[in-house]
Amino acid sequence: MNFLSDYIYYIGSFGLILIALFIIITRHNLIKKIIGLSILATGVNLLLITVGFIKEGTAPIFSNPNLDPQSMVDPVPQALVLTAIVISVAVLAMALSLAIRLYQHYKTLDMRKIKEQKW
Amino acid sequence: MRNISNIIGLILLFIIAFAVVLSVIWIPFGVPKETVGDYYINEGIDETGAANIVTSVVLNYRGYDTLGEVTILLIAAVGLGAILATIKRKTKKKVVPSSAVLSTGCKFLFPFIMLFGSYIFLHGHLTPGGGFQGGAIIASGYLLVYLGCEKKKINRNRFKIAESLAGLTFVIIGLLGLVFGGYFLLNFLPKGIPNTLLSAGIIPIIYIAIGFKVGSELTGVIDNLIEES
Repeated sequence: MNFLSDYIYYIGSFGLILIALFIIITRHNLIKKIIGLSILATGVNLLLITVGFIKEGTAPIFSNPNLDPQSMVDPVPQALVLTAIVISVAVLAMALSLAIRLYQHYKTLDMRKIKEQKW
Repeated sequence: MRNISNIIGLILLFIIAFAVVLSVIWIPFGVPKETVGDYYINEGIDETGAANIVTSVVLNYRGYDTLGEVTILLIAAVGLGAILATIKRKTKKKVVPSSAVLSTGCKFLFPFIMLFGSYIFLHGHLTPGGGFQGGAIIASGYLLVYLGCEKKKINRNRFKIAESLAGLTFVIIGLLGLVFGGYFLLNFLPKGIPNTLLSAGIIPIIYIAIGFKVGSELTGVIDNLIEES
C-alpha cells in the first residue's frame, strides 16, 4: 500500500490520460472523441499540478505573513495549468463547432460513414 | 471489426503505460525540489508586490506568455464565429417560454453572479482566482440568462467593443513598460503594501482587462453556439 499512497496522483492522472487515449482510438462517434479530448486535457492538467506538489504544502499565497515559504508548493505548474485550462476550453468550443458543421453536411457523426475523409 | 480495433487500442495503451511507468517511477512524488519556483516564492513578493505568487508568475514573470494565451482565445472565438456564421438555418427553432419562477430566478441571480465574477478578478493578486476565472464566472452568468430567460439577447457589437478595448489595454500597458523602463510589460507603477487591494502595480489593471476580455469572449462563444447552430 506504500506504493499506492506514494504515487496515487500519478496513477490517477495517467489513468485519466490512458482512458482518454482509449476513447479517442476506439470510439467512432465524433462527440465521444471530443469528450475524450476533454478528459485528456484534464489528465494532463492534473499531471502538471502533481509534479509541483509538496507533502503538507500550502498554496503559494502570502495571505498571512507567518507562512513559511519552504512549505509552499511550486507556483510555476499552477500558472501553466491556468493557461492550459483556458486553451482547452477554446479547443473544445472549436471542435464542437466543427462537429456541428460536419453533422449538418453529412447528416451523421459516425466517422466510418463519412466517405470523403482522407485517412 | 469492433473487437479488433478495441484490442489494438488496448495493446497500444499497454505499451504507452509501460513506458510511462518506466519513466515516472524515477520522479519522486511530493518532495521539495530545487526549481525556479523557489526563486519566485522567495523573491516574488518583494519584486512584484502581489501576495498571490501564481498571479505574479502569470502576469509579471511570464506576462508575454499570457498575452499569447489571450490571443489564442481570441483566435478560437473568431474561428468559431467564422465556422458557424455561414450556416443558413431553414426552420425556426421552437421556443417554449420558461415559467415565471425560472425567469425571475435567473434575473435575480444574474447581478450576484456578475458581482462574484468581478470580485474574483479584482482580487486576483490577493486570493486564489484572477482574470480568467472571473471571466469564466461572468460568462456562466450570461449562460444562465440564455438558458433561463428566452427573450434576453446580448448586444454583440457592445461585447466586441469591450473585448477589443480590454485587449488594447493589455498591449498598451505592456508598451508603456517599454517606454518607461526599457522592456515589455515592466511593472512601472508603485508596488504598494502587499496584501492590500491597491498593490502590485500593473497586475490588477491587467487582470481587470483580462477579466473583461475573457468574459466577453466566452459569452460570444456561448452566443454563437446557441444562436447559430
